[in-house]
Amino acid sequence: MLREIYYQIMGFVRTFGAFQLFFVKLVMNSPRIFVRRFGLVVQQVYNAGALSLVIIMVCGLFVGGVLGLQGHSNLSKFNAEDSVGTFAAFSLIKELGPVITALLFAGRAGTALASEIGLMKATDQLSAMEMMAINPLRRVLVPRFLGGVISMPMLVAVFTSVGLFGAHVVAVDLLAVDAGAFWQQMQSTLEIADIYEGIVKSVVFGVVASLIAVWEGYNAVPTAEGVGRATTRTVVITAIAVLILDFMITAWYLG
Amino acid sequence: MDNSSYELIEIHDLDYSRGARQIFNGLNVEIRRGEVTAIMGPSGTGKTTLLRLITKQLIPDRGVILVDGQDLSALNQKQLYKLRRRFGMLFQNGALLTDFNVFENVAFPLREHTRLPNRLIRHIVLTKLHAVGLRGAADMMPAELSGGMARRVALARAMVMDPDILIYDEPFVGLDPISMGVIVRLVRKMNDALGISSILVSHDVQEIASVADRTYLISDGKVAASGSPQELKKTSSDLVQQFMNGMADGPVPFHYSAPNYAEQLLGRDAE
Repeated sequence: MLREIYYQIMGFVRTFGAFQLFFVKLVMNSPRIFVRRFGLVVQQVYNAGALSLVIIMVCGLFVGGVLGLQGHSNLSKFNAEDSVGTFAAFSLIKELGPVITALLFAGRAGTALASEIGLMKATDQLSAMEMMAINPLRRVLVPRFLGGVISMPMLVAVFTSVGLFGAHVVAVDLLAVDAGAFWQQMQSTLEIADIYEGIVKSVVFGVVASLIAVWEGYNAVPTAEGVGRATTRTVVITAIAVLILDFMITAWYLG
Repeated sequence: MDNSSYELIEIHDLDYSRGARQIFNGLNVEIRRGEVTAIMGPSGTGKTTLLRLITKQLIPDRGVILVDGQDLSALNQKQLYKLRRRFGMLFQNGALLTDFNVFENVAFPLREHTRLPNRLIRHIVLTKLHAVGLRGAADMMPAELSGGMARRVALARAMVMDPDILIYDEPFVGLDPISMGVIVRLVRKMNDALGISSILVSHDVQEIASVADRTYLISDGKVAASGSPQELKKTSSDLVQQFMNGMADGPVPFHYSAPNYAEQLLGRDAE
């Protein structure tokens, strides 16, 4: 029993160490790949970012719409429905934008990355590259990691903007909040530091979500079942990591 | 060839185990320059593992592997990659890159390793595809190819950097007789026309007999027999006879180790 717990802990420590080493290798190789193989990175920004745009925009629109509804219904109890713009902006920029985008990113782009890399491993494509003296870490993993890291902040920006538009449609166009008040209150209360917080979160979540997807794919057991499991783990681990990190970053900002 | 007696790959006292299972135990193999060497053995004897050890995709527990006089264990990654450029490897299922069409798959090593102009790359790729008879399939995607075609494309890709050593991992598995004949012919033709050395892992006795110059039969982590296929057929060893003639029972038993049949049927083993 004790021995089993010991092995479990040792296994975890070992995996975590390997994970960190993997991260360092990705980061160390990133500048070189970014400069020399920019085309590969652009291709992956397209795969991870552009192909996620539709789901990000649809979800952003409806999340914004819900914020408009909830904000209006609750704030109107205090005759403060003019603040619905501020409410939606704070929620989206600081919390919902980065967090929901990261979760959607894990579901759309993360799973695609993990299963693609896992399948490449299962069908010996990565070994074949090794045998052609081509480093799969540089040729396959780093461009995909960079693609995710670059896409995430842009997706967060799109999600947040579309969300604000959704809140505006609901609050101003449907529930007759004054458009001037909606924007003016938002502008006077929102500070640049709040936007920085959102940007910091989006960058951190982008790194974490891409790293987990690439790691899970690369370390998948090279069978159909193993690839399936890696895909599931990508979503689950990213979701947990993002929510814990969100709490930590928020706590740090609030000081 | 004047240096044909010179050993290209030497494996001395190789031990390798995966988990608790010992796969090689004091294995000694020598692969000669300019020859087609076949590694044979029953399934699960670690034939593919041996290829991965020769190419340092795996690292042995003990023993020395010399490739062209270089000790694999002493190579750093840069030196290893330099050495690997001299290898061409054909994987069991082809291992073609699924995102690229046939042409781009074959062009892939050239695009990664050289700065040749597109015209020249096109020329080289079409030449290699022509050699395997698939120039007409250049625009097809890997998913559209049959198993035999995929393996021929992979062979063209393995040859595109003009390697000194071509390695084939189970090249005959799952092929119809025509495709198999094509691959057998290509293995021999590539080896002789390009003056390279070939290593072939397989358990298809007939195909090996028609193509290999020298054969190693591996069993229980050691070389059970070696020599030309004709010599092997004449060997008196029971194991070699069982393998070469495809007999169901012999030194490699038909029955996986199990408790006494009668006792198990009568339920005595459960008591």
